[in-house]
Amino acid sequence: MSGSSKKYWKGIEELENHPEFVKNANKEFQEYLPILNKNEETGATHRRDFLKILGFGVAAVSLAACEAPVKKAIPYAIKPEEVDPGIANWYASTFVDGADYVSVLVKTREGRPIKIEGNKFSSVTKGATSVKAQGSVLSLYDENRLRKPQKQGKDTDWKSVDADLIAALNEASSKGGKIRLVTPSIASPSTQAVINEFVGKYNAKHIVYDSISYAGIVKANQKSFGKAAIPSYDFSKASVIVSIGADFLSTWLMSGQYAKQYAATRKLNKKNKVMSRHYQFETTLSLTGANADFRTPVKPSQLGLVATTLYKLLGGNIDAPSLELPSLKKAAAELLENKGKSLVVSGSNDPEVQVVVNAINAALGNYGTTIDLNATNNLIQGNDSDFNAFVDELKAGEIEAALFYDVNPVYNNSRSADIKEGIKKTPLTVAFAYSKDETSSEVKYILAENHYLENWNDYQPIDGFYSIQQPTITNIFDTRQFQETLLTLVGKEPDYYAYIRENWSTTLFGKQSTYLTFDDFWNRSVHNGVFEVAGASIGGSFDFVGDVAAASAAIASTYKIKSDKVELAIYVKAGLGDGSQANNPWLQELPDPITKATWDNYITIAPSDAKKLGITNVQGNTVYGNLKVGSKTAKLPILIQPGQALGTYGIALGYGRTVAGKVAMERNEKRGVGINAFEFTSLVNGTVSYSVAEVVLEKTDELRQIAHTQIHQTIMGRNIVQDTTLEKYKKIENVREHDENYQKTIVTSEGVQKAGELSLWSRADWKSKYNNHFWGMVIDLNSCIGCSACVVSCNSENNVPVVGRDEVSNARDMHWLRIDRYYSSIEDGKAHEDRDKKLMEEPADNPQVVFQPMMCQHCNNAPCETVCPVLATTHSSEGLNQMTYNRCVGTRYCANNCPYKVRRFNWFAYVENENFDYNMNNSLGKMVLNPDVTVRARGVMEKCSMCVQRIQEGKLAAKRESRRPVDGEIETACSQSCPTEAITFGDMNDPESRISKLIEEEKEGRMFQVLEEINTRPSLYYLSKVRNI
Amino acid sequence: MQVTSHVREPLVTGGKTYHDVTEDVCRQVEGAPSTLWKFCFGFSLIIFGVGCFSLFKTWTVGLGVWGLNKTVGWAWDITNFVWWVGIGHAGTLISAVLLLFRQKWRTSINRAAEAMTIFAVFCAGSFILMHMGRTWLANWALPLPNTYGSLWVNFNSPLVWDVFAISTYLSVSMVFWYIGLIPDLATIRDRAKEGSISKMMYGAFSLGWVGSSKDWSRYETVSLVLAGLSTPLVLSVHTIVSMDFATSVIPGWHTTIFPPYFVAGAIFSGFAMVLTLMLITRKVYNLQDYITIAHVESMNKIITLTGSIVGVAYITEFFIAYYSGVEYESYCFYNRMTGPYWWAYWSMMTCNVISPQLFWFKSVRTNLTATFILSIIVNIGMWFERFVIIVSSLHRDYLPSSWRDFYPTIYDIGDYIFSFGLFFVCFFLFAKFLPVVNMAEVKSVLKSSSERKVKHNN
Repeated sequence: MSGSSKKYWKGIEELENHPEFVKNANKEFQEYLPILNKNEETGATHRRDFLKILGFGVAAVSLAACEAPVKKAIPYAIKPEEVDPGIANWYASTFVDGADYVSVLVKTREGRPIKIEGNKFSSVTKGATSVKAQGSVLSLYDENRLRKPQKQGKDTDWKSVDADLIAALNEASSKGGKIRLVTPSIASPSTQAVINEFVGKYNAKHIVYDSISYAGIVKANQKSFGKAAIPSYDFSKASVIVSIGADFLSTWLMSGQYAKQYAATRKLNKKNKVMSRHYQFETTLSLTGANADFRTPVKPSQLGLVATTLYKLLGGNIDAPSLELPSLKKAAAELLENKGKSLVVSGSNDPEVQVVVNAINAALGNYGTTIDLNATNNLIQGNDSDFNAFVDELKAGEIEAALFYDVNPVYNNSRSADIKEGIKKTPLTVAFAYSKDETSSEVKYILAENHYLENWNDYQPIDGFYSIQQPTITNIFDTRQFQETLLTLVGKEPDYYAYIRENWSTTLFGKQSTYLTFDDFWNRSVHNGVFEVAGASIGGSFDFVGDVAAASAAIASTYKIKSDKVELAIYVKAGLGDGSQANNPWLQELPDPITKATWDNYITIAPSDAKKLGITNVQGNTVYGNLKVGSKTAKLPILIQPGQALGTYGIALGYGRTVAGKVAMERNEKRGVGINAFEFTSLVNGTVSYSVAEVVLEKTDELRQIAHTQIHQTIMGRNIVQDTTLEKYKKIENVREHDENYQKTIVTSEGVQKAGELSLWSRADWKSKYNNHFWGMVIDLNSCIGCSACVVSCNSENNVPVVGRDEVSNARDMHWLRIDRYYSSIEDGKAHEDRDKKLMEEPADNPQVVFQPMMCQHCNNAPCETVCPVLATTHSSEGLNQMTYNRCVGTRYCANNCPYKVRRFNWFAYVENENFDYNMNNSLGKMVLNPDVTVRARGVMEKCSMCVQRIQEGKLAAKRESRRPVDGEIETACSQSCPTEAITFGDMNDPESRISKLIEEEKEGRMFQVLEEINTRPSLYYLSKVRNI
Repeated sequence: MQVTSHVREPLVTGGKTYHDVTEDVCRQVEGAPSTLWKFCFGFSLIIFGVGCFSLFKTWTVGLGVWGLNKTVGWAWDITNFVWWVGIGHAGTLISAVLLLFRQKWRTSINRAAEAMTIFAVFCAGSFILMHMGRTWLANWALPLPNTYGSLWVNFNSPLVWDVFAISTYLSVSMVFWYIGLIPDLATIRDRAKEGSISKMMYGAFSLGWVGSSKDWSRYETVSLVLAGLSTPLVLSVHTIVSMDFATSVIPGWHTTIFPPYFVAGAIFSGFAMVLTLMLITRKVYNLQDYITIAHVESMNKIITLTGSIVGVAYITEFFIAYYSGVEYESYCFYNRMTGPYWWAYWSMMTCNVISPQLFWFKSVRTNLTATFILSIIVNIGMWFERFVIIVSSLHRDYLPSSWRDFYPTIYDIGDYIFSFGLFFVCFFLFAKFLPVVNMAEVKSVLKSSSERKVKHNN
């Protein structure tokens, strides 16, 4: 109408533009309204308003008397452009902890990082995450983290620290004193450049120290190929995998990547009935051993001979005694059949063993196919002898200045006492530390370090694969990242961001041709989180030049066919690793994937050895044992571990912290849980050895209850997990039909019927009530390796409270998602009716293991829904079993009536309760809570919601764009974080979704439902486990 | 042919007159409390106090103070609930069913039995409230109009049926009991000193009873109507309680035999509890002439009958578990016998199935000491029955990964003690302030036509 000159009038008054009209034109109500307090003309209060004013006054006074609660939420004074309240922002970053590397996406809400997911842009990790990466976001809000730099235990400021340090370093270097910078392996090119500048300026020496040593592999590669590095492995190309003590699915090197590759070789469907075969030789049952097709327990003193025997069986001509193991012969025969398509790895840190393993892989032609020594793994470069030399110097008091960055050798080194002593003798000691630990509490200056989510950094985990770490929150406290401190110390502008950019523009910008300007290239790399040089993985074979004869001679002298001594194997746990995350309650409460124990350190012992010592484990109740290792004694509870090699014990690393946050501490005591097993490691021929040849275990009478989340070990011959062998699977399509164990039929008056099809309720068309979406999940038990990344992911996404050791002992863990681990029983081979029910409870000595993720099955005939008196748990129109916390009165009937026992009750208030002093008891820790998920109150029931908040978010996003949600757009926390893609989530009403296709394909194949015969009609499906035996 | 009925044994011995009855019963109410009563009441108050502390902790700290866990979501709480409800049943049975069957012998025990019913239901109700995670929202289990839209209770849930069953039961029992009390209250009112507080109180509660034919006629009619209403309740209440378990899917709970089995069990335990209390009251209040050996014997016969029904039910369950071929079910019963709670199972079997069989011997069932001991044993057995059903079924159900044992804590015990405190405080107050024997009805069964006995002085 703007172009038109026409004018319209509301009335004749407006046309005439009468003065009276003009006067009142802006007033909506032209007459005097008695609402106003004052009469416009006289200014007096109208008598008619008396009651109104009185009423308002009373209400106002009484309202004012109610004190409004003080909320800590502070609104943005000026809204940042990129932050929308209620909408998450995602940033790509990188998580690195030792050899654990994950390219991550960080979910931030209103400026707070709250969740870690995998980054699918990375071709190294391909969206996989690990337990530690999932848990790392909680460490950002660790109440025990350092808030300021400290000088001799007192808070100080950066300016004075910088001045002190520069003066001290200049003085030290001017008089030619030894300056040593100890760091873990630096996989970051820019950090390395900064370190080089520092080393150059002060004539310092950079010592690389890895808390968990892989120096054996590095040395062996030096000997075998002249390249002191760790290669990258590709398990996905291996048809036969032999692991000699390497827990490559959980803790060995880049296990997250390997797990994904490994699972890829075990994906089965009707068309593809081929899977890899996996042999494992190890001492303590590891997650990898639990997934192996053939697992052979061996003592640590035999491990070297496994390698030499295998080499001999493969045709190698060496002089070493042979182990008579049938599985080894079988493995050798299959390796020979699969030359170039096989992989032999060893977890041994003995370079001689690794040389033989290299020789085996070289003989099998695996270099260039499954092993790539050109694309080296840069996450681990440590050389134990360098560090050892440093400790000698330190102890001798020769060092002028020692700087420790992100290392804690006072805790995690066998020469802890020497280091401690040396630090006292050293004039300048500095630790770049995140929180006070054993090392940083000994030094003069503690430089409060950033969390990785506050940092800029770059990484090159594998040659040619770059990864960027970007901050997702500004520094919460007055901390500063290591690189900026070093830049300050060398007198440069402490702008590490600019430094990285500069570094990238000179080194990496030229390695690509997609982007014309550096800014574009940089922005894209930061956005993606990764930059991969085209054709980075070069492959190519290497000539083996090692001396196998010498190596095997050395092995023959140190390893034995048979040893009468009881040995100790020291292993790494998936959750705690080297103990640096011991203050993370999520990881402490994460059940160990194998033992299902939380919060505890224990001695694992074989069942028959336990019988000899008279040890039983009932409901987790056990006794302490005194383990004598040389002159040291470790007092730990004893846990019976099926699969443990006879005559051996196992202890996990990562416990027995002395200086750490309260989470790592034994309750009401000033010492960490368990003992420090690093003390029992030793340097053997220049590398750290993780076994002890002779130990003595004495049982004591002191009782201890280990907090297990699962205490019953066997499946009791029940058909709740279906497993079969590849051989059978190849012959028969339908796993369920071929085994009478899995046939769930009922004889009725109308003949034999499938149990799941019988119902009291005539609801043949029960699916039709879900006319929009119908969410469901398929879990492939053949892909699930039990790593538990999903469990931590679920805890993080759904604000699952941490309840602590005592409450887990009381069987009140709150995990919505658990992984049931079953051992095969000694009775399992027998016919159904011959089985002795008591003996069925006994796991076999070397059991087969199956993992079954178990969460709410979202039953469509849900037993919980019918029994709730107040309708607090109901079924949604999209097939979800939903829990209305506000309506719950807490009768627990639903939990009792749940056949899957997945419901969790809030026995206490877990928030702001001194008895549960974990992250929900302090305002810093509470920042990790997901604002989309209600924090549950005392007395209500909770359970897996199938991440309904994510479903809702996805649906709303689609609705805004007037479309249906696309398959894969909505993922649950567990399915998203699963490194092996074992969990498929989706809309079963969408015929094109992955889940619909998978169900269609496996309906007559491997698909089954747990407890199908009680007709709960779950929305969760499982695919049978297939063993390649 | 001439049939001669045998001469019936008198229901009240000692040749009591109407006046004797009044005197004997009113003496307790009108006199000062005896030392023994004071002692018993004081002791009950102490127990009640301890229990209240325990309950306070349970409600303020959280249900975590109990020994429950993620697998065993009910244990002592619901065991106690079912146990108390079961105990209550005897009162209704005696007052309603026996009234309809014209069992005159019931007259001297029905008052106390009904009182026991009411107090037992109080205790049972306290566990309903106690076991809730958020007791303060207990009213949500009632179908009350609300502002949440059309938000009602879940009529499919047996817990809602429970709410109806128990509340109906409590109200009908209370009305029945109170109606029965009216003539006796009037008697006490009439005997009370003019202008005293008791005159006023008893007067108010006796609702102007004058003892006219009209009054009596209405009294009889109301009693009959209420008896008719109560009789189905005897069967329905415990049937519904049993459905808390029977309608579930848990092996060991999912059993169609539960309703009759629970009802029999309830009567069984109720009679045992009545005996326990009556034997004490009889002794303490010197009521041997009213509660005679014949009463004890009749009740013991009922205990033997119901105990045998319960025993048959146990065996049937076992047979079905075996015969059904359902592995979860058969394991459940195998586990009851040999699993971690074998001792509870065998205690139950001994106390409930074997011990009442001793009553086949007349010498045992007429022996007061033996009866007293056995009545307590039966109640222990019936507690274990509920414990076995609840805990041993839950602790090892379908998925072995969740199998877990239950261990009680001091708060489990403390809250159980609370219910005893509550029960005995109520019972002793009742015994002091209300006539423990229904004077009016006992008078109707006195042998009054011949052999008039010389009047006693008291």
